[in-house]
This record gives sequence, structure tokens and C-alpha cells, in this order.
Amino acid sequence: MSSEHVISSKIYWGIWAALICLTVITASVAFIDLGPLNTVVALVIATLKALLVVLFFMHVKYTSEKLTKTVIIAAMFWLVLLLLLSLADYSTRGMIHAGMP
Amino acid sequence: MATTAVTAEREHYLNTDYGIRSWLLTTDHKRIALLYLALITVFFFIGGFFALLIRLELLTPAGDLVQADTYNKLFSMHGQVMIFFFLIPSIPAVLGNFLVPMMVGAKDLAFPRINLLSWYLLVLAAGMMLYCIITGGVDTGWTFYTPFSTAFSNTHVIEAGLAIFIAGFSSILTGLNFVVTIHRMRAPGLTWSRLPLFIWSIYATSIIQLLGTPVLAITLLLVVFERAFGLGIFDPTRGGDPLLFQHLFWFYSHPAVYIMILPSMGVISEIIPCFSRKRVFGYGAVALSSIAIAVFGFLVWAHHMFVAGISLYSAMIFSMLSYSVAVPSAIKVFNWTATMYKGSLRFSTPMLYAMGFIGLFTMGGLTGLFLAALGIDVHVTDTYFVVAHFHYIMVGGAVMGYLGGLHFWWPKISGRLYPEWLGKFAALTVFLGFNLTFFPQFILGYLGMPRRYWQYPPEFQVLNVLSTAGSTILAVGYVLPMIYFLWSMRYGKVADPNPWGAAGLEWKTPSPPPTFNFDEAPEVTWEAYNYDEIPAPEEVPVG
Amino acid sequence: MADTPLMTEHEEGLQHQFADMQQQLNATSLGMWLFLATEIMFFGGMFLAYLVYRYWYYPEFAAASRSIDIYLGTINTAVLICSSLTVVLSIQAIKLGKRKLCVMMLLVTILFGLAFLGIKGKEWYDKFEEHHVPGTSFNAKDIIEKYPQLHVEPAPMQIFFSLYFAMTGLHALHMVIGVGIMSYLAFYTWRGHYTQQYHNPVEIGGLYWHFVDIVWIYLFPLLYLIDRKPLR
Repeated sequence: MSSEHVISSKIYWGIWAALICLTVITASVAFIDLGPLNTVVALVIATLKALLVVLFFMHVKYTSEKLTKTVIIAAMFWLVLLLLLSLADYSTRGMIHAGMP
Repeated sequence: MATTAVTAEREHYLNTDYGIRSWLLTTDHKRIALLYLALITVFFFIGGFFALLIRLELLTPAGDLVQADTYNKLFSMHGQVMIFFFLIPSIPAVLGNFLVPMMVGAKDLAFPRINLLSWYLLVLAAGMMLYCIITGGVDTGWTFYTPFSTAFSNTHVIEAGLAIFIAGFSSILTGLNFVVTIHRMRAPGLTWSRLPLFIWSIYATSIIQLLGTPVLAITLLLVVFERAFGLGIFDPTRGGDPLLFQHLFWFYSHPAVYIMILPSMGVISEIIPCFSRKRVFGYGAVALSSIAIAVFGFLVWAHHMFVAGISLYSAMIFSMLSYSVAVPSAIKVFNWTATMYKGSLRFSTPMLYAMGFIGLFTMGGLTGLFLAALGIDVHVTDTYFVVAHFHYIMVGGAVMGYLGGLHFWWPKISGRLYPEWLGKFAALTVFLGFNLTFFPQFILGYLGMPRRYWQYPPEFQVLNVLSTAGSTILAVGYVLPMIYFLWSMRYGKVADPNPWGAAGLEWKTPSPPPTFNFDEAPEVTWEAYNYDEIPAPEEVPVG
Repeated sequence: MADTPLMTEHEEGLQHQFADMQQQLNATSLGMWLFLATEIMFFGGMFLAYLVYRYWYYPEFAAASRSIDIYLGTINTAVLICSSLTVVLSIQAIKLGKRKLCVMMLLVTILFGLAFLGIKGKEWYDKFEEHHVPGTSFNAKDIIEKYPQLHVEPAPMQIFFSLYFAMTGLHALHMVIGVGIMSYLAFYTWRGHYTQQYHNPVEIGGLYWHFVDIVWIYLFPLLYLIDRKPLR
């Protein structure tokens, strides 16, 4: 990391508290019936937590290195590519029957 | 300083330290490159030995040389050895390791000790693979398709899977080293647009190695877990989907073929301008095409699964995407040709390999387009048409580029010239032997001969005999360079720093270079391929 | 508070292939981020398998998910979050020259890591006891009987548990490696190799630890929280 930036402990403890709260929330909400929204909420909360860790604990918010952000975005993009293009097969199986009535 | 009759004994990376420890514990990227060269050459001949047995069996329609199960092992191990222990490492680990730091003006790669670790990982993987081969081999095809590999094969799937898993990490760490070196250690003045195209190719290759290989790693690990611990992820009797394995496998293994061809393309981009005494036509287009090939290469994997049971919608999507990936490759072929146009051509050995590459790669690439068409693929998939297609690219393309590169940079690596007339002879032998081996296979596939079959109907025999005859000629062409390169290290003519009159920072160092490459960090103020400023050598180096 | 750093002839910690320390810091940082990118793709393969089979066998996944202990899982999530905090506090400490505090924070991190592994071990042990481990002795009749409303088949539940063991197992392996890295860093910080002036490896090791935390942040809802709503 090129930044010699020292961030105050208050921020770290604050992020820690937020992460713990989000954990408690996500576990509790799981017991409430939100239908298909349960999954959405769980993943949104997980992504929020991951973002807090990446931006603050891993210092990505404070770095001037564009390349770091590019690497993270590229990795996420490639993962999504793997998932989405594979799901293109799984979600459309049985949709067209070539030649058969 | 000791003086010989010919030259004073200058210290360089080869003579700076003697003894096995100085080689096995080296962190010098140039020595590590030679360690790789030794390792992959051994495995090239092991893989070639399997190929020879395959071609011998196929001389006659009957299955009379080996048993069917043995034949399955032969083609499986031929593929695994050639791909993971020869082709994937070849240019990046040998030429890339040797040249990347010099081409960017650095003293070494970013992480020299990790570089050595990469070599040791490949040695470990190679040892496991040898153990697997000696104790009976593996018969799943290099593709390890489930549920045969997980539930039914009685061969050493776990050892082979783990060997390739470990080899994968060697590949990942090499790619990581290159990306960091290219981003962070370029000499002052060496902007991205002044980099040699070989560096652009290695960079693109490294991206693929970094993002694709981990998926192969987890996939093979899951196969090993299923066999070893009874997990059921790919087991149809427990609800698993064999196609899931194929999606995961090909997500890496298609981009893997670009790992194998991109570095070769990079070599061609260095050879052609030097032996045409011209700048590369459309440098920017060629550079961006490397990146485009790397990116698009990740979007096409299911074209290996058209008849496996994927949905027709996704087959159409992957077919269209497969057409798109041909475009940047074609751009490169056009630009190389345009570079040669009205150039001052010299047909030294590297140039012969490069020109062979252009022709053979074009044929291989075009036949790939045939395969990308769903209607054609239904008929020729799993036939010798596919076998011919990928051998045109990997052998006619990648291996010719590798050999061309070895010849081109041999004076720099060894400080000696190889015998030029033998080099030309071997190049022509390879070209002729290659075509005789693989062109008949296009016809065989079109006529319907399936691949991975140990016996075939008698009407296919003539073409098979031609193919086998070609393979023996090809073998001669491969053995010759081994002999004369070794010969040249002792008896070859001593080379100048720049016998070809080539552009690039590596040619500004002595041949062979000192351990830390440059006495002072160079500062670059010129564009790449400034052949208008570099005089051609007066005489052709003949070794 | 800062202890005397180790003196060497050239700048402390500078490796010979780099032009200067700034280049080395930039290079090692990029190297670790690239490595983490490969790890994302490594775990990503298993996430694809999970996605496909959850899509195919939602009822079985839901039922099997209920059988793993949500309380232990939540506690483990909290344990890892605490460990990430102690990691950043350790880095902050060494940046301020507080070597002993840095070592203490690293040791607490290791403790949290071991706690995580211990709890995970208990969870695995429970699964062994309940015969939920895939293979010949797999028996999910207890889950089927407990949730008759879900109408599940036994076979696909094996797939859930296969993925459960593969994913948490690989995650645990990464934790073990992380504990090893933290131990190495703690030892060398204690010895004075890492100082206020040169502590880049501690930051790099921290990045790895946070990544392992993030993987668990996703594993937790995907494995434990598929379907916990009260059943009628």
C-alpha cells in the first residue's frame, strides 16, 4: 500500500460495530417470511458487509492506486461472467426442442 | 581475468557461479528460464513418445499394437503431458522468464523467489505425473469428463488430477509475476505504447492464467474429492450434473488454448519486423488484439459442449461469441502480412518458422470457425477434424512460434550461433512433416473417422498411413534442434550482442547477458521497432 | 515507543530487483491483490456449483440448510469480524511505532482464527454424528421426517452437504494458512524485523486475512440462511 495514511481507531471500531449489527440483522431477518426477498436481503447485506471490509479494512477507500480498484472490479466481473453465462445454459434447457415436435 | 585465444572471459549469468546448488537455488530469471527449458523438453519427448505409439497403432485398421484400454491411456496422457507440462509453460516460462525483465529494462522479475517456487511446483507436478504414468496412467482423456473420471475409471485419476492442480499453481504464479513486473518495473520512458508486442502478448496471457487457471484448479479438486471422499457433486445417481463439470472445465480450458497461442503470436510479432526491417504495421491494433483475444476467449467455452446437452439457446449464444474471437486473431494475421509487404525480407531460420506459423495458424483458425458453426459441428465434432484443427493451432502455430523464438533469441541466451543451414533444414522438415501428419486428418474427420478410437474401418487406412509417415518426419525435425543447440553451446560461433540487428532492450545487453542485465537502468526515448534507425547486419549470421 | 529497527547497509527491507522502496511497495501490493483475484475465481467455481444445484433442488437445499446450526454460524461470523478488526488495529499500531501492541493484536487475531476453526470443527463433528456426511453412510431420513411439509428427496441433499463440506473445508484450509501467516508476522514483528519504517508484509498479510473473512461473509447466508422461516 502506498498510502502511509493512518486512520483513526474510531473509524475501525465504527465499521466493526456496523459489521456486527449487519450480522445480527441478517440472521434475524432469515426467520421472517419475506418470500423470495429473503435471498435478496441476505445477499444485499452480505455485499454491504463485504464492501465495508474492502473499503475500510483493506484501505481501498484511502488508496490512490487505480490499479487496485481495477483488479477488484475485473475479478468480480470475471466471476459474474462465469456464473451468468453458465446460467444461460441452465435456465434455458428444455426451451427449444430442435426438430422434435 | 582468464583469457582464451578468442575472447576475454567476461562474467555473465552462465559462468558467474558453477555447481548444482547455484542452479537449483538461483533466483536469476535467466537461469530459471533454462531450468524450465530442460524440464519441458523432457516432457515434450515423453508426450511425443505417446504420440508415436498412437500413430503406430493407427497404421492399421485393426487394434493390434495395444489393447483398447491402453490406447485410451495413450491419448489421455499424450494430451495431459503436452498441454500442461509442455505447451502451457513453454513460451511464458522459457522465453517469457528470460526476456520480460530485459525487455522492460529491469534487473529481474518482481518476485524472483516466487519465480523459483513456480519452477519447483512444476517439478513437483511433473514428478506426480511421472508417478501416475509409471504406475499405470490415466484413461479419462485430458478432459477428465465425469462421471467416468469420478465413478467408473479404474486408473490413477487422483494422481493425475492433483499433478495438474499443482501445475496450475505454477502457471498462476508465473502470470502474477509477469503482470506485476510489466505494470511496476518498466524503465523510465518505457510507456505502454513503446513496449514490444511480445510483452503485450505475455501480459494478455498472464491475465488468462490468473483468472482462468483457478477455476480448473477447483474443478480438478472437486473431482479428486469426489473420488477420494465420496462427495457427489457430479454424480448423476445423486442428482449431480455431468455438464456442470464440463462448464467448469472448459471455462478454463478454452482460454487455456489462448495461453498457448498468444505468446507464440508475440514471438511472431518480434521476428517479422526484424526480418522485414520494418516497423510492425498497426502496432496499436496488434497490441489491443492481444487483450481482446484474452477477454473474448473467456466468452466462448461452451462451443466444446454443443452436442453434450446444453440448451439450444445457449449454444447459439456461444456460437456467435466464438465467431467474434476470430476477429482479433485475423487482425494480427493481416498486420503481420502488411508488415512484410515491401519489407527487406531475409529468410533466416526464425523467419521461416514465423512464416510457417502465419500459414498454419490461419488454416487452424479458419477451421475453428467451421467448428463454431452449429450445423457443421454436429457432424465433425469428436472426429479427426477437431484433432486436426487444434493440432494446426497448437503445433503448426504454438510450437513453430516457440521454435522460432528459441532460434531468434538463442544467441542472446547462449552467446553462440546455431548452425544456420541446419536450422533452415530442420524448419523445412518440421513444416513438411507437420502438414503430412495433420492435413490428412482434416479429410479423415470430414469423412467421419471418430477421434479417440483405437480401430477404424479399412477405408480410412491410406490417410492414416500418410499421417503416421508425416509424424516420423516431424519427429526428425524436432530432434535436430535439440542436437544442434546443444552442439552450439560448445562449438558454435560466438555471437555478437545483436547478430540479427533487432530492436528491443534485450539486444542492447551482451550475449549472454550479465546476471543483473543492465549496468545502469536504461532510459527509453524511442518507439518500438525503430528499424528505420537500426542498420541491418552486413552479413547473415550463419553459426 | 518505537524500538530500534534492524540496521542494514541499504534501505531496510529493500530487495535488489527494485529501483526503490516505493516501487517495491507498489509491486507487492499489486501482487497480493492479483493473488486475491485468483482466489475469487477459485472459490467462484464452487459458487457456480452451488448456484446451479440450489436452482435445481431448492427444497432439498432449504431442508438441509436448516439442519446446520445457525447459532454457531452466526457466532463464527462475528468471530471473524472481530479478527478483521484486530488485524487493522495491529497494522495501525505498527504504523504508530507501537511494536508490542502490534504483536498483541496479531496474537489475538490468531486466537480468533483458532476459535473459528474450533467452532467449525464442532459443526463438522455434529454432521458426522448425524450421518449427514456424503458417501455410503449418508442418511438424511431425520431431515425428511423433521420437515414433512418440504417434500424433499434424500439424494439431492447429499449434494448440499457435498458442497457444504467442500466450501467450508476449503475456507477452513485458507484460515489455517492465514493463522500460519499471522504467526509468522507476529514472530518477526516481535523480533523487530517489521518496524514503523518497514511493515509492508504485515499490511499484505492483513489483506489476505480480510479476504478469507469476506469469503465467509458470503458463505454464511448461502449455506445457513437459505430458508429459516417458521413452517406451518
